[in-house]
Amino acid sequence: MSPRPGFVLDVDRSTPPTLFWHGEGFRLEKLPEGSRVVYPPEPHTAIPDPRHAIRQALHHPLGDALPLPEQLRPGMRLTIAFDDVSLPLPPMRRPDVRQLVIEEVLEMAATAGVDDVVLVAALALHRRMTDDELRHALGERVFDAFAPHGLLLQHDAEDPTGVVHLGVTDTGEDVEINKRAAESDLVVYVNINLVAMDGGHKSVATGLASYRSIRHHHNVATMRASRSFMDQHHSELHSSNWRMGRHIAKSGVKIFQIETTLNTDTFPNQFRFLQRREWEWSLKDRASYAAVSRATAAAPERMTRSIFHSIRSPHAMSSVQAGEVEAVHAATTRNVYAQQLVEVDGQTDILTLGLPYICPYNVDSIMNPILVACLGLGYFFNMYRGKPLVREGGVLIMSHPTPWSFHPVHHPSYVDFFEEVLAETTDPVEIEARFEKSYATDPWYVHLYRTSYAYHGVHPFYMWYWCAHALEHLGSVIVVGGNRSAVRRLGFKPASTMADALEMAEDVVGPSPTLTHLHSPPLAMADVR
Amino acid sequence: MIVESLAGKRVAVTGATGFLGTALVERLLRCVPDCTVVPVIRPSRRASAEQRARREIVRNDCFDRLRSEWGDRFDGQIDRRLDVIAGDVGVDGLALDAAGRAALAACDVVVHSAATVSFDAALDAAVEVNLLGPSRVASVLEETATEGAGSAGDPYLVSVSTAYVAGRRPGEAPERPLADTPFSIEVDWRAEVGAARRVRADADAASRSPEQLAKFMRAARRDLGAAGTHLLSERSEKMREEWVRNRLVEAGRARAQSLGWPDAYAYTKALGERALLDQHPDLALTIVRPSIIESALAEPAPGWIRGFRMAEPIIISYARGLLREFPGLPEGVIDVIPVDLVVAAVIAAAADRPQPGDPRILQVASGMRNPLSYGRLVDLAQEWFSANPLYDEKGQPIVVPEWSFPGRGRVTRQLQRSERALALVERVLTTLPVRGRQAQLSGTVEQKRSLAERALSYVTLYGAYTETEARFAVGELIAAYGRLDERDKAAFCFDPAVVDWDHYVTAIHLPSVVAHARVRTTPGGRSVASRAERAKRALLSPSRQLAAFDLENTLIAANVVDSYAWLATRRLPRDDQVRLALRMFRQAPGLLALDKRDRGDFLRHFYRRYDGAPAELVRADAWEMYAQLLALKSFPAGLRRVREHRALGHRTILITGALDFVVAPLRPLFDEIVSARLEERDGYFTGGLVDSPPTGEARALLLASYAQAEGLDLTESIAYADSASDLPLLEAVGFPVAVNPEAKLATIARKRGWHVEIWQKAPGGPRPLLPTAQTLFGRRSAETRVAARSAITGNAAHDSTGTDPSR
Repeated sequence: MSPRPGFVLDVDRSTPPTLFWHGEGFRLEKLPEGSRVVYPPEPHTAIPDPRHAIRQALHHPLGDALPLPEQLRPGMRLTIAFDDVSLPLPPMRRPDVRQLVIEEVLEMAATAGVDDVVLVAALALHRRMTDDELRHALGERVFDAFAPHGLLLQHDAEDPTGVVHLGVTDTGEDVEINKRAAESDLVVYVNINLVAMDGGHKSVATGLASYRSIRHHHNVATMRASRSFMDQHHSELHSSNWRMGRHIAKSGVKIFQIETTLNTDTFPNQFRFLQRREWEWSLKDRASYAAVSRATAAAPERMTRSIFHSIRSPHAMSSVQAGEVEAVHAATTRNVYAQQLVEVDGQTDILTLGLPYICPYNVDSIMNPILVACLGLGYFFNMYRGKPLVREGGVLIMSHPTPWSFHPVHHPSYVDFFEEVLAETTDPVEIEARFEKSYATDPWYVHLYRTSYAYHGVHPFYMWYWCAHALEHLGSVIVVGGNRSAVRRLGFKPASTMADALEMAEDVVGPSPTLTHLHSPPLAMADVR
Repeated sequence: MIVESLAGKRVAVTGATGFLGTALVERLLRCVPDCTVVPVIRPSRRASAEQRARREIVRNDCFDRLRSEWGDRFDGQIDRRLDVIAGDVGVDGLALDAAGRAALAACDVVVHSAATVSFDAALDAAVEVNLLGPSRVASVLEETATEGAGSAGDPYLVSVSTAYVAGRRPGEAPERPLADTPFSIEVDWRAEVGAARRVRADADAASRSPEQLAKFMRAARRDLGAAGTHLLSERSEKMREEWVRNRLVEAGRARAQSLGWPDAYAYTKALGERALLDQHPDLALTIVRPSIIESALAEPAPGWIRGFRMAEPIIISYARGLLREFPGLPEGVIDVIPVDLVVAAVIAAAADRPQPGDPRILQVASGMRNPLSYGRLVDLAQEWFSANPLYDEKGQPIVVPEWSFPGRGRVTRQLQRSERALALVERVLTTLPVRGRQAQLSGTVEQKRSLAERALSYVTLYGAYTETEARFAVGELIAAYGRLDERDKAAFCFDPAVVDWDHYVTAIHLPSVVAHARVRTTPGGRSVASRAERAKRALLSPSRQLAAFDLENTLIAANVVDSYAWLATRRLPRDDQVRLALRMFRQAPGLLALDKRDRGDFLRHFYRRYDGAPAELVRADAWEMYAQLLALKSFPAGLRRVREHRALGHRTILITGALDFVVAPLRPLFDEIVSARLEERDGYFTGGLVDSPPTGEARALLLASYAQAEGLDLTESIAYADSASDLPLLEAVGFPVAVNPEAKLATIARKRGWHVEIWQKAPGGPRPLLPTAQTLFGRRSAETRVAARSAITGNAAHDSTGTDPSR
């Protein structure tokens, strides 16, 4: 039986309450009659033999690329770059797709007699991965074969001897990427394409780049011109990355791109109710919902956090394609859209979202208020093609506890950003002009990024820029059930219940507003007509 | 009449910098146009008599009226009419130089108003000034008169005493020399002088006995902890002096009360009158005995007052709700007299010289002629403060308590009980290993205790005055007033009947007291925050030069034991980790005690555990430890502060007893790191230190020498530290900051007004339960396990890095 497609539910009197993510917990909200709920398609079927599919893809590349074995020869320098800990979400059960792909690539390299092979985690300005995380992503065998010999590297964007400037694009953007990659005979990039934004030229042009290069597309102007950044053809973020990618190719760097997509089978059995439509909940689903929400309500914050962060997702590979970057990415994007896209008719006055406990930047970490903002206004708001789900001047209501919590190791510059920058202003343009440079070049943050496990000093700014399009578009942002002072610091309005939030929203959009809820999990993207 | 009789005269005034003296000098200058005023002032260590006169008399707001009346002529008039001489009534001959002696001899009248007015003065000090002072002045006057050197003729002394020389007996106290009254007890004042001096010598000797000195040392250590020899001896010497003083205060009060006076003040004043009359029977003399002098009724301005006097602290304590009870008889009379009435009486007395050998006594008191009952005063105060409340630090109005006028004994017992209980709580709190907000609690308790202590002292000191049943006769005073002509009556009124008490208390005195007390009189809760803001701004001013930081509990909530435990367990399997952690918990009390005694010894002892550890491996692990342990326990606000200082161009220096490799990951934050270093031989640590660890006083010295070498000014520097053992460091700089202070330091910081920062770990961050490393052996093969096992635990031998001897 093939999976059911996504659809839009019209709420009527018989509709049961709708499930909202609420950080490390949930809320059931009775939405007003006439509201719409956007449900994504059900998870696609997994590829039965992923290793076989990977081999097939490597042997039959897309675009003008030669099959991988034909590109491998003794004496060559081979660099295998891979997506970091920010993907997939939540981290998947072993074996990770990256392990499967890399093992196949290494197999072929060994057969071809390649002995200069280095693995590089494409961190961009993210934190370094811990040994445990690397073991998880790559598998014990790969880790033990490479790490002890110093052949498993993590991209260091601040290592002056580790990056190389490849010139500028036609529009004057600096292209500066990892030196080992740039000087290799072949770069194999191993990607996981969880949402449509990922992959393509962005893999190398961002993942292996330095601040000098990344700042050309991670800025307010670019983000406001990306409508949305989930739609490559209307995204200035992608245009810039594509210019850089083509420049990299022109500079003689050969890239063999391997992209994978995952189905949206996101949560293990005990959380199965998360993926079901509420009126289809079985007795078992109801029971496990009750059990989980009681337990999370009773347990201390730290404990629920560690329980949720230990979830390993069952999502399975739904497609793999390899070869020339642009051809590969076109196929990948089609697959992602097929899994996530739902047609929606027209915009809405109020968009509601339930925000989960995890986003790309708090794996094994803490969802601080800045990340909450980014997840709602950056990621979920931009899950559209065509027009935003919510009309201009409309209201976004999101549900998340938004605790005033920070991870001191992973997010040191976030703590300071929250205390120093957001305390002064929430205007992205002003923030960019007044504060970005000092944070980006602060030697202490650079030191922590390079030697500890900290996101780069500039990273919280990017989170805020990610919100820039939504901040410009929306009339108001309301957070239900959040820490009031943290929510206010973000420039949003706190509400204790959904009913209060709806009342407050009416003050902005007028009486009898239309309301649409973007249901998650799993991930859904609205194709707004 | 008064103006004419004093015209062209020289009037000397002792105690001119006091409350009464200042008002007297001003009134003479303003209302007696042609006289010259000769203040006799004791030069202080920092200021000459002339400077003190300018600073403490002429600049007082007492002179505001004169300044505006005289306008441009003010400075010229003051120069012309004020002839300051240096002298000290505490010394025979008044310590006058020849010129001073001549200048005093040339005076027509001398008003002696110098006194130790504090009710808890040390016995010997009160005796020197109050008992011997008047006779000393008289002696100099008679000597110079006999010598005839530039003398203005027969000397005349107006000596200010107190109505309370009458003691505590009920009944009417007449305006007669004490010897002639039923209030007199035969006491040989010479013997009292000798005894007082002996008590001083005895107390001093007793304070120097080895047992007593040991007690001071112990108490100093209890207050300051391991603050270093210098500070401890400074503190214990201060305690010794305090102890001697307290003995003398106690001796004074006991002696006074044994003779029927309420305190040493009244007792020494009474004997002072006797000594004066005994030794100078032929002097032209007026003794003025005022009761409790309070703010001015009209001159120079209604409500003018100088200094915080007897009733004011009680009134303010009451208004702040601190004094829940005060003893006294509600129907009893509280004998208060406005200062301008006393001044007028003194001037009238100065203008009207009695015959030599026939001393005149004037009591300036209100109790007989125009009594104010204690109950009425309390009612008025309660009404007024209910309408005009003070505000607490949160900006809430304070409700004044209702007094029930219990007996003195009950109030005293109550206060003593609460004081003792609070002292006990305070002692317990300071010994507990708490810090930060919890430690602030001990500061609060300390504050409460000192308030209880103060309340108790008010009751012991002043209780006698509210209970006094003596009535001070004012017949002579009224008669003298009656002799004045109408013009003088208007200009120099001293009839106590003119005071309308309701008006005086509510419209003049209480507003003036509140205005002088620096208390909150407006609602709103902003000023506390803004004070912290101001302090922070002062720290982050560009003119600061150097910021010194302690590490443990100042920037990071971890200590040398934590980091050792982490490093030692990093290469151990989990079960061994737990065993090691438990062993360290068992040793903790002993280690804590050693740390309290001497930090340097503790570090030396503790670091021996690194004996035999492979240096390179430990150094490499220390980097991982930063991310896995120290950063989790760091205070983001603290690290931000370091960076703020750097951004402002201040130098930053870290001074810590932690090991160099432990703090290496913090390197980019500091211009200089001073830390302990382990000795290393053939790639292994020996457990010894390269040089002594920077602790206690050594930190202050290190900072001083760093500042000197770099040309930085310590008074423009800041030090951040958390414990009393850092006192030398904190005291070395101009801007000390107590960070998450432990109880002792919290108390010290509060007393000295040091800025306190409470820095906390990142909110909501992970909190490792044990300071042990995440084991490397979760999923690892057996051979790596053997290879790395037990690198630095306990007595690890060098061979343990290669093979495991125990398997």
